[in-house]
Amino acid sequence: MRNTFAKSLLTIAKKDKRVLLLTADLGYSAFEDFIKELPNQFINVGIAEQNMAGVAAGLAIEGYKPVIYSIVPFTTMRNFEQIRNDICYQNLNVKIVGVGAGYSYGPYGHTHHGLEDIGILRTLPNMTILAPGDPTEVRLATMSMMRSNTPTYLRLGKAGERVLYDKTPHFSIGKGIVLHEGSDATIIATSTLVSRAIEVATEMVKRKYSIRVISMHTIKPIDKALILESSRKTRVIVTLEEHSIIGGLGSAVAEVLAESQACIQFLRLGALDHFTKSIGLQDYMREKNGLSIRQVSSQILKLLSKVQHS
Amino acid sequence: MVQISPKIIVNLQRKAVIVRRHILTMSHRAKSAHTGGALSCVEILVALYFKIMRVFPKDPYNDKRDRLIFSKAHDAKALYAVLAERGFFEKKILKGYEVNDGKLAGHTIRHEVPGIEASAGSLGHGLPIACGVAYAGKLQKKKHKVFVILSDGECDEGSTWEAALFAGHHKLSNLVVVVDYNKLQGFGYTKDILDLEPFIDKWRAFGWDTREINGHDFSKIIHTCGEIPFDITKPSIIIAHTIKGKGGVEKHVNQVSSQYKPPTDEEYVEVMKSLHV
Repeated sequence: MRNTFAKSLLTIAKKDKRVLLLTADLGYSAFEDFIKELPNQFINVGIAEQNMAGVAAGLAIEGYKPVIYSIVPFTTMRNFEQIRNDICYQNLNVKIVGVGAGYSYGPYGHTHHGLEDIGILRTLPNMTILAPGDPTEVRLATMSMMRSNTPTYLRLGKAGERVLYDKTPHFSIGKGIVLHEGSDATIIATSTLVSRAIEVATEMVKRKYSIRVISMHTIKPIDKALILESSRKTRVIVTLEEHSIIGGLGSAVAEVLAESQACIQFLRLGALDHFTKSIGLQDYMREKNGLSIRQVSSQILKLLSKVQHS
Repeated sequence: MVQISPKIIVNLQRKAVIVRRHILTMSHRAKSAHTGGALSCVEILVALYFKIMRVFPKDPYNDKRDRLIFSKAHDAKALYAVLAERGFFEKKILKGYEVNDGKLAGHTIRHEVPGIEASAGSLGHGLPIACGVAYAGKLQKKKHKVFVILSDGECDEGSTWEAALFAGHHKLSNLVVVVDYNKLQGFGYTKDILDLEPFIDKWRAFGWDTREINGHDFSKIIHTCGEIPFDITKPSIIIAHTIKGKGGVEKHVNQVSSQYKPPTDEEYVEVMKSLHV
């Protein structure tokens, strides 16, 4: 995802000199082409994320389109107040890009896990939150975000994510994408776990269940219509995200469902509400948090059996 | 050295008295805090807006203007009073300071009235924003300057020093900081709470060219600002020694209380008598 982002941004920045890429000294082996081709549109501010967000606000005041970049916790939490006051309060055209969603940096430990970014940023007025599910969506999200002129957070995985589309889907901010139709249960997934949703759906076919899979690439504004449509089409809805189960996609979907007349079985799956003591690669960390194919499938089967017996 | 006629100085001093009257009136009406720090930066703001900066009150966001980011935004009433006196907006708008449905917040909101360049209020945010504005000016090879008014207290904030490092590294010679060094912060004297000294040496070490002046002396402020940039390869900083609460209610002058206590009715009558034009 990271390289797709870097490539997409370079393409856009070549055509628009107002686009500036700011990094807090991260992006080794991702931004070299950008630096080489557009040195005047690149600023490495040093390891100073608060200043980076403030500088970006100042650049945006003067008509530039700054994009700030670092690992998820550093570009959303270390500088949260600058994002709140300098960027969102002033409704400035600053794009915030976080690399390392969820457990992308699993072995590094909790400091580097990206688990609370959506939850905190969702509370900010004027903020749009994009969490694309594969490199195709990253490219489309980057293009859409750079066409907008309001604060936007783009949440990226890291490297090696599977491409989920054969052909370019229609991508519109605020409109989720139905990757797979189904009638028994809906998995609404986002970011690094959209691919997991497809894997689970494939697994469930073996058990004769048909699963609707949605990539909710925009968390704010959330696609209320698509959630409600799913609550009419299937009797089970499960959210799936590599983010704390508090505050993220699951919470956003729960808010919509709780205020609707929907009568469904609903479950949020995501990172457990704990500081992890275990460390390991992304798949290991997913397993530890109940997010393996087997674990997710088993949770959905439980809900399906409840529906069948009701 | 450029000679400044005594008449100009007298006019600026008169303007400073008028601005202090506005500040105390706003403070009294809204029973608001943050009066001492507003009073300590009056001469700095009056000199900048009436003599030093290029401004266009009737075309407030003209691209050729010098920009001013008022980072010590809790003292916004000083800025509001100066902008109103300079003709950016009508003086009656000052009545809407920190009151229900008023137009003027206790801490600045970008474009709430003409001339407010940035929303601020949380300390340590102004200098980073100003660095971005100044960097943009450099990229576009524009001539305007970017002024920032910092409080001494907000030099406790790490983000101020992140920005100081950035400005020095990028040689933002179009950036000018004025520190309103009144030496008092929330709970007491800066030297007792978190000592900034040797203050000027710190800025020098971060790559800035520095001047130190009496921040209530118009002639010094104007002469010093006339030399900006002090060094064409560095950002400039003026450490302006000031007195918190200057010209206000006497018992609060140079006291922590000036940060919190609005004038009582009696004090207001008394202090306004002393501030005659």
